[in-house]
Amino acid sequence: MTQSILTDIKKAAKKSLKANQNVLASTQKQLEILNGELFEDGELPYFKDKIAKNGMFPLKPKKLEVLQINVGYMCNQVCGHCHVDAGPDRKEIMTRETMEQCLAVIQNTGAHTLDLTGGAPEMNPHFRWFVEEASKAGIKDFIVRSNLTIILANKKYHDLPEFFKKHNVHVVSSMPHYTRGKTDKQRGDGVFDKSIKALQMLNQVGYGMPDGDLRLDLVYNPSGAFLPTDQSAMEHDFKKALKEDFDIDFHNLFAITNLPISRFLDYLIASDNYEDYMYSLVEAYNPAAVENVMCTNTISVSWDGWLYDCDFNQMLDLKVASKAKHIKDYNDDVLSNRDIVISQHCYGCTAGAGSSCQGSVA
Amino acid sequence: MSKSYYDPADLRKFGKITEWSEELGNKFFDYYGKVFEEGALSAREKSLIALAVAHVVKCPYCIDAYTKDGLQRGITKEEMMEAVHAGAAIESGATLVHGVQMMNKYEKLSM
Repeated sequence: MTQSILTDIKKAAKKSLKANQNVLASTQKQLEILNGELFEDGELPYFKDKIAKNGMFPLKPKKLEVLQINVGYMCNQVCGHCHVDAGPDRKEIMTRETMEQCLAVIQNTGAHTLDLTGGAPEMNPHFRWFVEEASKAGIKDFIVRSNLTIILANKKYHDLPEFFKKHNVHVVSSMPHYTRGKTDKQRGDGVFDKSIKALQMLNQVGYGMPDGDLRLDLVYNPSGAFLPTDQSAMEHDFKKALKEDFDIDFHNLFAITNLPISRFLDYLIASDNYEDYMYSLVEAYNPAAVENVMCTNTISVSWDGWLYDCDFNQMLDLKVASKAKHIKDYNDDVLSNRDIVISQHCYGCTAGAGSSCQGSVA
Repeated sequence: MSKSYYDPADLRKFGKITEWSEELGNKFFDYYGKVFEEGALSAREKSLIALAVAHVVKCPYCIDAYTKDGLQRGITKEEMMEAVHAGAAIESGATLVHGVQMMNKYEKLSM
Protein backbone atom coordinates (compact mmCIF):
# COMPACT_ATOMS: atom_id res chain seq x y z
CA MET A 1 0.00 0.00 0.00
CA THR A 2 2.62 2.48 1.15
CA GLN A 3 4.86 1.40 -1.70
CA SER A 4 2.21 2.16 -4.33
CA ILE A 5 1.56 5.58 -2.78
CA LEU A 6 5.28 6.27 -2.90
CA THR A 7 5.38 5.25 -6.56
CA ASP A 8 2.56 7.72 -7.19
CA ILE A 9 4.52 10.42 -5.38
CA LYS A 10 7.55 9.68 -7.50
CA LYS A 11 5.54 10.04 -10.69
CA ALA A 12 3.91 13.22 -9.43
CA ALA A 13 7.28 14.55 -8.33
CA LYS A 14 8.08 15.67 -11.85
CA LYS A 15 5.72 18.57 -11.20
CA SER A 16 5.22 20.91 -8.26
CA LEU A 17 2.36 20.37 -5.81
CA LYS A 18 0.92 23.55 -7.25
CA ALA A 19 0.93 22.23 -10.84
CA ASN A 20 -0.57 18.95 -9.64
CA GLN A 21 -3.29 20.89 -7.80
CA ASN A 22 -2.33 18.91 -4.71
CA VAL A 23 -4.34 19.94 -1.65
CA LEU A 24 -1.06 20.70 0.15
CA ALA A 25 -0.29 23.46 -2.33
CA SER A 26 -2.62 25.43 -0.06
CA THR A 27 -0.68 26.97 2.82
CA GLN A 28 -3.88 27.10 4.84
CA LYS A 29 -4.24 23.33 4.53
CA GLN A 30 -0.63 22.85 5.62
CA LEU A 31 -1.17 25.04 8.68
CA GLU A 32 -4.33 23.10 9.55
CA ILE A 33 -2.27 19.91 9.60
CA LEU A 34 0.51 21.52 11.65
CA ASN A 35 -2.06 22.74 14.17
CA GLY A 36 -4.01 19.49 13.88
CA GLU A 37 -5.05 16.74 16.25
CA LEU A 38 -1.57 15.64 17.28
CA PHE A 39 -1.25 19.01 19.03
CA GLU A 40 -4.92 19.83 19.54
CA ASP A 41 -5.40 16.69 21.63
CA GLY A 42 -2.43 17.56 23.80
CA GLU A 43 -0.47 14.51 22.67
CA LEU A 44 2.39 16.84 21.77
CA PRO A 45 2.90 20.41 23.06
CA TYR A 46 2.43 23.41 20.78
CA PHE A 47 5.74 25.08 19.90
CA LYS A 48 4.52 28.24 21.58
CA ASP A 49 3.97 26.43 24.91
CA LYS A 50 7.27 24.60 24.64
CA ILE A 51 9.34 27.78 24.23
CA ALA A 52 7.22 29.57 26.86
CA LYS A 53 8.54 27.05 29.39
CA ASN A 54 12.04 28.31 28.63
CA GLY A 55 10.93 31.92 28.87
CA MET A 56 11.37 32.38 25.13
CA PHE A 57 7.82 33.37 24.18
CA PRO A 58 7.20 35.60 22.35
CA LEU A 59 10.25 34.94 20.24
CA LYS A 60 11.97 38.27 19.49
CA PRO A 61 14.57 39.16 16.88
CA LYS A 62 18.14 40.10 17.79
CA LYS A 63 20.41 42.19 15.60
CA LEU A 64 19.79 41.64 11.87
CA GLU A 65 22.72 39.74 10.39
CA VAL A 66 21.33 37.94 7.35
CA LEU A 67 19.17 39.26 4.55
CA GLN A 68 17.91 36.25 2.62
CA ILE A 69 16.30 36.99 -0.72
CA ASN A 70 14.32 34.42 -2.63
CA VAL A 71 14.57 35.53 -6.25
CA GLY A 72 12.03 33.02 -7.56
CA TYR A 73 10.55 29.55 -7.24
CA MET A 74 11.55 28.35 -10.70
CA CYS A 75 14.03 25.50 -10.62
CA ASN A 76 15.47 22.94 -13.03
CA GLN A 77 14.92 20.21 -10.41
CA VAL A 78 11.85 18.89 -8.58
CA CYS A 79 13.30 17.51 -5.34
CA GLY A 80 11.11 15.27 -3.20
CA HIS A 81 11.85 17.20 -0.01
CA CYS A 82 11.66 20.76 -1.37
CA HIS A 83 10.03 23.16 1.08
CA VAL A 84 9.64 25.74 -1.68
CA ASP A 85 7.69 23.37 -3.97
CA ALA A 86 10.05 24.66 -6.63
CA GLY A 87 10.23 23.33 -10.17
CA PRO A 88 10.32 24.20 -13.86
CA ASP A 89 6.58 24.91 -13.78
CA ARG A 90 6.81 27.64 -11.12
CA LYS A 91 6.52 31.09 -12.66
CA GLU A 92 7.05 33.24 -9.56
CA ILE A 93 10.16 35.26 -10.44
CA MET A 94 11.44 38.45 -8.81
CA THR A 95 11.21 41.47 -11.11
CA ARG A 96 14.02 43.96 -11.63
CA GLU A 97 11.91 46.57 -9.89
CA THR A 98 11.69 44.47 -6.70
CA MET A 99 15.42 43.76 -6.99
CA GLU A 100 16.05 47.52 -7.08
CA GLN A 101 14.02 47.87 -3.88
CA CYS A 102 16.13 45.07 -2.34
CA LEU A 103 19.37 46.80 -3.42
CA ALA A 104 18.30 49.99 -1.66
CA VAL A 105 17.89 47.97 1.54
CA ILE A 106 21.14 46.02 1.04
CA GLN A 107 23.05 49.30 0.75
CA ASN A 108 21.67 50.61 4.03
CA THR A 109 21.22 47.61 6.25
CA GLY A 110 23.72 46.51 8.86
CA ALA A 111 23.40 42.86 7.83
CA HIS A 112 26.77 41.25 7.18
CA THR A 113 25.38 38.43 5.04
CA LEU A 114 23.37 38.53 1.84
CA ASP A 115 21.90 35.15 0.96
CA LEU A 116 20.30 34.55 -2.45
CA THR A 117 18.09 31.53 -2.78
CA GLY A 118 15.23 30.13 -4.91
CA GLY A 119 14.28 27.88 -6.75
CA ALA A 120 17.45 27.98 -8.75
CA PRO A 121 18.35 31.66 -8.32
CA GLU A 122 20.43 31.55 -11.50
CA MET A 123 17.23 31.03 -13.54
CA ASN A 124 16.00 34.53 -12.75
CA PRO A 125 16.72 36.53 -15.94
CA HIS A 126 18.07 39.46 -13.87
CA PHE A 127 20.23 37.25 -11.63
CA ARG A 128 23.62 38.32 -13.00
CA TRP A 129 22.75 41.98 -12.99
CA PHE A 130 21.53 41.67 -9.41
CA VAL A 131 24.71 39.88 -8.27
CA GLU A 132 26.88 42.52 -9.95
CA GLU A 133 24.98 45.36 -8.30
CA ALA A 134 24.70 43.70 -4.88
CA SER A 135 28.40 42.82 -4.81
CA LYS A 136 29.18 46.56 -4.95
CA ALA A 137 27.44 47.09 -1.61
CA GLY A 138 30.41 45.80 0.38
CA ILE A 139 28.54 42.97 2.13
CA LYS A 140 30.97 40.76 4.04
CA ASP A 141 29.49 37.41 3.06
CA PHE A 142 27.58 37.14 -0.21
CA ILE A 143 25.96 33.71 -0.53
CA VAL A 144 24.32 32.16 -3.57
CA ARG A 145 22.51 28.86 -2.94
CA SER A 146 23.20 26.89 -6.09
CA ASN A 147 21.78 23.43 -6.69
CA LEU A 148 24.91 22.51 -8.75
CA THR A 149 23.08 20.80 -11.63
CA ILE A 150 22.03 24.21 -12.97
CA ILE A 151 25.66 24.78 -13.97
CA LEU A 152 25.34 21.90 -16.45
CA ALA A 153 21.67 22.37 -17.32
CA ASN A 154 22.32 24.68 -20.29
CA LYS A 155 25.34 26.17 -22.07
CA LYS A 156 24.44 29.62 -20.82
CA TYR A 157 25.13 28.47 -17.24
CA HIS A 158 28.48 26.74 -17.88
CA ASP A 159 30.44 29.87 -16.93
CA LEU A 160 28.73 30.27 -13.56
CA PRO A 161 31.82 29.12 -11.61
CA GLU A 162 33.83 31.93 -13.26
CA PHE A 163 31.00 34.40 -12.69
CA PHE A 164 30.77 33.47 -9.00
CA LYS A 165 34.54 33.81 -8.68
CA LYS A 166 34.56 37.24 -10.32
CA HIS A 167 32.12 38.56 -7.73
CA ASN A 168 33.63 36.66 -4.81
CA VAL A 169 30.35 34.86 -4.21
CA HIS A 170 30.20 32.28 -1.42
CA VAL A 171 28.65 29.19 -3.03
CA VAL A 172 26.42 27.00 -0.87
CA SER A 173 25.26 23.86 -2.63
CA SER A 174 22.93 21.00 -1.86
CA MET A 175 24.38 17.50 -1.75
CA PRO A 176 22.17 14.98 0.06
CA HIS A 177 24.74 12.19 0.15
CA TYR A 178 28.11 11.14 -1.16
CA THR A 179 26.57 8.08 -2.82
CA ARG A 180 24.67 8.10 -6.09
CA GLY A 181 21.60 6.12 -4.94
CA LYS A 182 20.55 8.41 -2.10
CA THR A 183 21.15 11.58 -4.04
CA ASP A 184 19.18 10.54 -7.09
CA LYS A 185 16.30 9.19 -4.99
CA GLN A 186 15.81 12.55 -3.33
CA ARG A 187 16.62 14.87 -6.19
CA GLY A 188 16.03 12.93 -9.40
CA ASP A 189 17.90 10.57 -11.73
CA GLY A 190 21.27 11.81 -12.88
CA VAL A 191 21.51 14.54 -10.26
CA PHE A 192 24.44 12.88 -8.51
CA ASP A 193 26.70 12.67 -11.57
CA LYS A 194 25.90 16.25 -12.58
CA SER A 195 26.48 17.52 -9.05
CA ILE A 196 29.87 15.81 -8.94
CA LYS A 197 30.82 17.33 -12.29
CA ALA A 198 29.67 20.79 -11.13
CA LEU A 199 31.69 20.51 -7.90
CA GLN A 200 34.76 19.60 -9.95
CA MET A 201 34.17 22.66 -12.15
CA LEU A 202 33.95 24.85 -9.04
CA ASN A 203 37.15 23.29 -7.69
CA GLN A 204 38.87 23.96 -11.01
CA VAL A 205 38.37 27.72 -10.74
CA GLY A 206 39.58 27.63 -7.13
CA TYR A 207 36.43 27.10 -5.08
CA GLY A 208 36.59 24.95 -1.95
CA MET A 209 40.38 24.73 -1.70
CA PRO A 210 41.48 24.04 1.88
CA ASP A 211 43.39 27.33 2.24
CA GLY A 212 41.50 29.28 -0.40
CA ASP A 213 39.22 32.28 0.05
CA LEU A 214 36.58 31.17 -2.47
CA ARG A 215 34.08 29.55 -0.12
CA LEU A 216 32.29 26.39 -1.17
CA ASP A 217 30.03 24.81 1.42
CA LEU A 218 27.66 21.90 1.03
CA VAL A 219 24.19 21.46 2.46
CA TYR A 220 23.06 18.04 3.59
CA ASN A 221 19.34 17.29 3.96
CA PRO A 222 18.34 13.83 5.15
CA SER A 223 16.83 11.85 2.28
CA GLY A 224 13.83 10.61 4.23
CA ALA A 225 11.83 10.79 7.45
CA PHE A 226 14.76 11.10 9.83
CA LEU A 227 16.80 13.87 11.38
CA PRO A 228 20.39 14.78 10.58
CA THR A 229 23.01 13.70 13.04
CA ASP A 230 26.15 15.43 14.23
CA GLN A 231 27.19 17.90 11.53
CA SER A 232 30.94 17.52 12.06
CA ALA A 233 30.78 13.72 11.85
CA MET A 234 28.81 13.99 8.59
CA GLU A 235 31.28 16.56 7.28
CA HIS A 236 34.14 14.17 8.00
CA ASP A 237 32.41 11.33 6.11
CA PHE A 238 31.50 13.58 3.16
CA LYS A 239 35.02 15.01 2.90
CA LYS A 240 36.65 11.61 2.99
CA ALA A 241 34.31 10.04 0.42
CA LEU A 242 34.24 12.99 -2.02
CA LYS A 243 38.02 13.36 -1.89
CA GLU A 244 38.78 9.66 -2.30
CA ASP A 245 36.19 8.94 -4.97
CA PHE A 246 36.12 12.18 -6.97
CA ASP A 247 39.04 14.36 -5.77
CA ILE A 248 36.57 17.02 -4.65
CA ASP A 249 37.36 19.64 -2.00
CA PHE A 250 34.88 21.78 -0.10
CA HIS A 251 34.93 23.78 3.12
CA ASN A 252 32.02 23.05 5.45
CA LEU A 253 28.97 20.86 5.48
CA PHE A 254 25.72 22.33 6.81
CA ALA A 255 23.26 19.75 8.10
CA ILE A 256 19.73 21.06 7.64
CA THR A 257 16.66 19.37 9.06
CA ASN A 258 13.74 18.91 6.67
CA LEU A 259 10.80 20.92 7.97
CA PRO A 260 7.35 19.34 7.80
CA ILE A 261 5.94 21.67 5.18
CA SER A 262 5.15 21.62 1.47
CA ARG A 263 6.51 18.68 -0.51
CA PHE A 264 8.23 17.08 2.46
CA LEU A 265 4.96 17.23 4.42
CA ASP A 266 3.22 15.57 1.48
CA TYR A 267 5.84 12.80 1.55
CA LEU A 268 5.55 12.38 5.34
CA ILE A 269 1.78 11.98 5.17
CA ALA A 270 1.73 9.68 2.14
CA SER A 271 4.43 7.42 3.59
CA ASP A 272 2.67 7.30 6.99
CA ASN A 273 5.68 8.92 8.70
CA TYR A 274 4.12 12.24 9.74
CA GLU A 275 3.27 11.34 13.34
CA ASP A 276 6.61 9.65 14.05
CA TYR A 277 8.48 12.53 12.47
CA MET A 278 6.69 15.12 14.61
CA TYR A 279 7.44 13.02 17.70
CA SER A 280 11.11 12.87 16.69
CA LEU A 281 11.23 16.65 16.26
CA VAL A 282 9.53 17.37 19.58
CA GLU A 283 11.60 14.79 21.46
CA ALA A 284 14.79 16.31 20.06
CA TYR A 285 13.73 19.83 21.14
CA ASN A 286 16.77 21.70 22.41
CA PRO A 287 16.30 25.03 24.27
CA ALA A 288 19.88 26.02 23.39
CA ALA A 289 18.91 25.86 19.71
CA VAL A 290 16.01 28.27 20.32
CA GLU A 291 18.49 30.87 21.56
CA ASN A 292 20.20 30.93 18.17
CA VAL A 293 17.37 30.01 15.85
CA MET A 294 17.90 31.73 12.49
CA CYS A 295 14.69 33.78 12.48
CA THR A 296 16.25 35.83 15.30
CA ASN A 297 18.94 37.25 13.00
CA THR A 298 17.40 36.90 9.54
CA ILE A 299 14.82 38.58 7.33
CA SER A 300 13.54 36.64 4.35
CA VAL A 301 12.27 38.46 1.25
CA SER A 302 9.99 36.73 -1.23
CA TRP A 303 10.08 37.06 -5.03
CA ASP A 304 7.28 39.62 -4.81
CA GLY A 305 8.94 41.63 -2.05
CA TRP A 306 7.05 40.52 1.06
CA LEU A 307 8.99 40.09 4.29
CA TYR A 308 9.07 36.94 6.42
CA ASP A 309 10.88 35.69 9.50
CA CYS A 310 12.43 32.86 7.46
CA ASP A 311 12.17 31.08 4.11
CA PHE A 312 9.91 28.42 5.70
CA ASN A 313 7.43 31.02 6.92
CA GLN A 314 7.57 32.47 3.43
CA MET A 315 6.42 29.14 2.01
CA LEU A 316 3.59 29.02 4.55
CA ASP A 317 2.70 32.62 3.67
CA LEU A 318 3.19 33.72 7.28
CA LYS A 319 4.31 37.33 6.76
CA VAL A 320 6.19 39.26 9.45
CA ALA A 321 4.01 40.54 12.27
CA SER A 322 5.05 44.12 11.70
CA LYS A 323 3.81 47.32 10.10
CA ALA A 324 6.69 47.01 7.65
CA LYS A 325 5.58 43.98 5.68
CA HIS A 326 7.11 44.73 2.29
CA ILE A 327 10.62 45.51 1.10
CA LYS A 328 9.45 48.94 -0.11
CA ASP A 329 8.51 49.77 3.50
CA TYR A 330 11.60 48.13 5.02
CA ASN A 331 12.62 49.69 8.31
CA ASP A 332 15.18 48.15 10.69
CA ASP A 333 13.72 49.78 13.80
CA VAL A 334 10.12 48.81 13.11
CA LEU A 335 11.08 45.24 12.22
CA SER A 336 13.31 44.74 15.24
CA ASN A 337 10.28 45.24 17.49
CA ARG A 338 8.23 42.46 15.94
CA ASP A 339 7.24 39.13 17.47
CA ILE A 340 8.45 36.24 15.33
CA VAL A 341 5.60 34.22 13.82
CA ILE A 342 5.77 30.57 14.87
CA SER A 343 3.92 27.31 14.37
CA GLN A 344 4.69 23.62 14.86
CA HIS A 345 7.06 23.47 11.85
CA CYS A 346 9.47 25.53 13.99
CA TYR A 347 10.34 22.35 15.90
CA GLY A 348 12.41 21.52 12.81
CA CYS A 349 14.87 24.31 13.61
CA THR A 350 15.17 23.50 17.32
CA ALA A 351 15.72 19.74 17.12
CA GLY A 352 19.02 18.32 18.33
CA ALA A 353 21.90 20.61 17.44
CA GLY A 354 19.36 22.92 15.82
CA SER A 355 19.07 23.73 12.14
CA SER A 356 19.37 26.86 10.06
CA CYS A 357 20.36 27.82 6.54
CA GLN A 358 23.90 27.93 7.97
CA GLY A 359 23.57 24.45 9.51
CA SER A 360 23.63 23.60 13.23
CA VAL A 361 23.21 26.43 15.72
CA ALA A 362 23.71 24.81 19.14
CA MET B 1 -6.62 -3.68 24.32
CA SER B 2 -4.01 -4.01 21.62
CA LYS B 3 -4.29 -7.12 19.48
CA SER B 4 -0.56 -7.30 18.92
CA TYR B 5 2.27 -7.96 21.36
CA TYR B 6 4.33 -5.31 19.61
CA ASP B 7 3.10 -1.78 18.89
CA PRO B 8 5.65 0.48 17.09
CA ALA B 9 4.31 3.46 19.08
CA ASP B 10 5.49 1.73 22.30
CA LEU B 11 9.09 2.52 21.41
CA ARG B 12 8.40 6.20 22.17
CA LYS B 13 7.21 5.18 25.63
CA PHE B 14 10.43 3.34 26.50
CA GLY B 15 11.41 6.11 28.92
CA LYS B 16 8.30 5.44 30.95
CA ILE B 17 9.89 2.34 32.51
CA THR B 18 11.49 4.74 35.00
CA GLU B 19 8.03 5.57 36.35
CA TRP B 20 7.76 2.20 38.07
CA SER B 21 11.35 2.01 39.20
CA GLU B 22 12.99 5.37 39.03
CA GLU B 23 16.42 4.49 40.35
CA LEU B 24 17.00 1.42 38.20
CA GLY B 25 15.42 3.04 35.17
CA ASN B 26 17.62 6.11 35.44
CA LYS B 27 20.73 4.03 36.01
CA PHE B 28 19.93 2.01 32.91
CA PHE B 29 19.38 5.08 30.70
CA ASP B 30 22.52 6.77 32.02
CA TYR B 31 24.48 3.64 31.24
CA TYR B 32 22.83 3.25 27.84
CA GLY B 33 23.55 6.85 26.88
CA LYS B 34 27.17 6.57 27.99
CA VAL B 35 27.73 3.34 26.06
CA PHE B 36 26.80 4.95 22.75
CA GLU B 37 28.94 8.05 23.13
CA GLU B 38 32.09 8.49 21.08
CA GLY B 39 34.87 6.46 22.68
CA ALA B 40 37.57 4.07 21.56
CA LEU B 41 34.88 3.07 19.07
CA SER B 42 33.07 5.78 17.15
CA ALA B 43 29.36 6.32 17.73
CA ARG B 44 28.92 5.27 14.10
CA GLU B 45 30.63 1.92 14.68
CA LYS B 46 28.58 1.34 17.80
CA SER B 47 25.39 2.07 15.90
CA LEU B 48 26.23 -0.72 13.45
CA ILE B 49 27.05 -3.13 16.29
CA ALA B 50 23.70 -2.25 17.89
CA LEU B 51 21.93 -2.93 14.59
CA ALA B 52 23.57 -6.35 14.27
CA VAL B 53 22.72 -7.27 17.86
CA ALA B 54 19.16 -5.97 17.40
CA HIS B 55 18.70 -8.60 14.71
CA VAL B 56 20.31 -11.36 16.70
CA VAL B 57 18.10 -10.70 19.72
CA LYS B 58 15.20 -10.14 17.28
CA CYS B 59 14.01 -6.95 18.92
CA PRO B 60 11.68 -5.11 16.51
CA TYR B 61 11.95 -1.89 18.53
CA CYS B 62 15.74 -1.99 18.37
CA ILE B 63 15.68 -2.73 14.63
CA ASP B 64 13.45 0.31 14.02
CA ALA B 65 15.59 2.46 16.30
CA TYR B 66 18.98 1.52 14.86
CA THR B 67 17.88 1.55 11.23
CA LYS B 68 16.76 5.14 11.79
CA ASP B 69 19.91 5.91 13.78
CA GLY B 70 22.01 4.53 10.91
CA LEU B 71 20.15 6.66 8.35
CA GLN B 72 20.70 9.71 10.53
CA ARG B 73 24.41 9.00 10.65
CA GLY B 74 24.59 8.60 6.87
CA ILE B 75 25.31 4.88 7.16
CA THR B 76 24.57 3.23 3.82
CA LYS B 77 22.18 0.32 3.33
CA GLU B 78 25.11 -1.83 2.18
CA GLU B 79 26.89 -1.19 5.49
CA MET B 80 23.70 -1.96 7.42
CA MET B 81 23.14 -5.24 5.59
CA GLU B 82 26.75 -6.30 6.14
CA ALA B 83 26.31 -5.64 9.85
CA VAL B 84 23.17 -7.80 9.87
CA HIS B 85 25.10 -10.58 8.12
CA ALA B 86 27.90 -10.29 10.68
CA GLY B 87 25.30 -10.83 13.41
CA ALA B 88 23.62 -13.64 11.49
CA ALA B 89 26.96 -15.36 10.81
CA ILE B 90 27.82 -15.37 14.52
CA GLU B 91 24.35 -16.60 15.36
CA SER B 92 24.44 -19.44 12.83
CA GLY B 93 28.05 -20.17 13.76
CA ALA B 94 26.97 -20.45 17.37
CA THR B 95 24.44 -23.07 16.30
CA LEU B 96 26.84 -24.94 14.05
CA VAL B 97 29.74 -25.02 16.49
CA HIS B 98 27.47 -27.12 18.69
CA GLY B 99 27.68 -29.65 15.88
CA VAL B 100 31.07 -30.55 17.35
CA GLN B 101 29.34 -31.46 20.61
CA MET B 102 26.91 -33.60 18.63
CA MET B 103 29.81 -35.28 16.84
CA ASN B 104 31.66 -35.85 20.13
CA LYS B 105 28.59 -37.37 21.73
CA TYR B 106 27.89 -39.49 18.66
CA GLU B 107 31.43 -40.86 18.65
CA LYS B 108 31.35 -41.49 22.37
CA LEU B 109 28.12 -43.42 22.18
CA SER B 110 29.02 -45.41 19.10
CA MET B 111 31.02 -48.61 19.10
